[in-house]
Amino acid sequence: MASETGQQHPLGIYLKIWILLFVLSLFSYMVDYLHVQGSLRWTLVLFFMVLKAGFILAVFMHVKWERLALILTILGPPTILLLLIFIMAIEGNYTESTRIQYLGHDANATPLHVSH
Amino acid sequence: MNQTTTISAHDAGERHPNTFVQDWSADKQVYHVPWGKAMMWIFLVSDTFIFSCFLVGYMTVRISTADPWPLATEVFALSFFGSEPIPLILIAIMTFVLITSSGTMALAVNYGYRRDRRITVFLMLATAALGATFVGMQAFEWSKLIGYGVRPWGNPWGAPQFGSVFYMITGFHGLHVSAGVIYLLTIARKVWRGDYEKKGYEIVEITGLYWHFVDLVWVFIFAFFYLL
Repeated sequence: MASETGQQHPLGIYLKIWILLFVLSLFSYMVDYLHVQGSLRWTLVLFFMVLKAGFILAVFMHVKWERLALILTILGPPTILLLLIFIMAIEGNYTESTRIQYLGHDANATPLHVSH
Repeated sequence: MNQTTTISAHDAGERHPNTFVQDWSADKQVYHVPWGKAMMWIFLVSDTFIFSCFLVGYMTVRISTADPWPLATEVFALSFFGSEPIPLILIAIMTFVLITSSGTMALAVNYGYRRDRRITVFLMLATAALGATFVGMQAFEWSKLIGYGVRPWGNPWGAPQFGSVFYMITGFHGLHVSAGVIYLLTIARKVWRGDYEKKGYEIVEITGLYWHFVDLVWVFIFAFFYLL
């Protein structure tokens, strides 16, 4: 059976990915710490997020060494979520606009600061 | 099918489109992995949908509310020994704790296949301890937010949905971590007793899949809830 050897890889690759995850987490924390705002913040946070998720999936969860039948079972179905995100973003924007237009909510209100 | 193929083969032939067709038309089993591993993957895919529903729900309420969303960077700031509050520091430490636990888990899987039971058990216990630390810090975070007056129906700073989203998403994730700690301790005990000497140590890899998934979900929560 195929299972007899299991997923056995050199230790080095795990250590490298481990360090990489630390560095990427530190980078995404620095985005917040250095008060990066706007579209650059979104780009950086999402970029580091996708990289981290990709490395965990590919190496720690061994997806990159699996057969295509299993890879597509894992990664295929969740792609439908992109459609859900798209639809709900449209719906959310519409709801917000009705709240502003008909309920008189203030679209430009800012949150109160937190006192520790 | 091809009985000599190992699932750890490195050549790209394993991912060739033909293998997909062959595996599904083999009139036998589709996945060339132990059944426990296939079932864990199917569970994890379904769990992906549960967490995605929570995160998409969070996106929807955050977009649809006209109230300002509280500033996570301030809410989760923490001061040490009377210092200025450091933004998001506890969450950063929790992230590092969880990544460290993922690293020790990956090594445990490796040492399991080497049949080094002593080191495997040690690494699994270290993973469980780091997981328990994470849950402890999460509990501290919850008690702090409860102290601030954050409730599922309101908070002192802005959109009332903030509290319900926070408690629901981090609570469900924390539940997964807690279950993972119990799962790890159970399997570590069985490894220690030598229950898998005949069967082989795929079980450590399967446990690892669950643990890495919990870490994977945290990557998304960290980005969407705390950073954006």
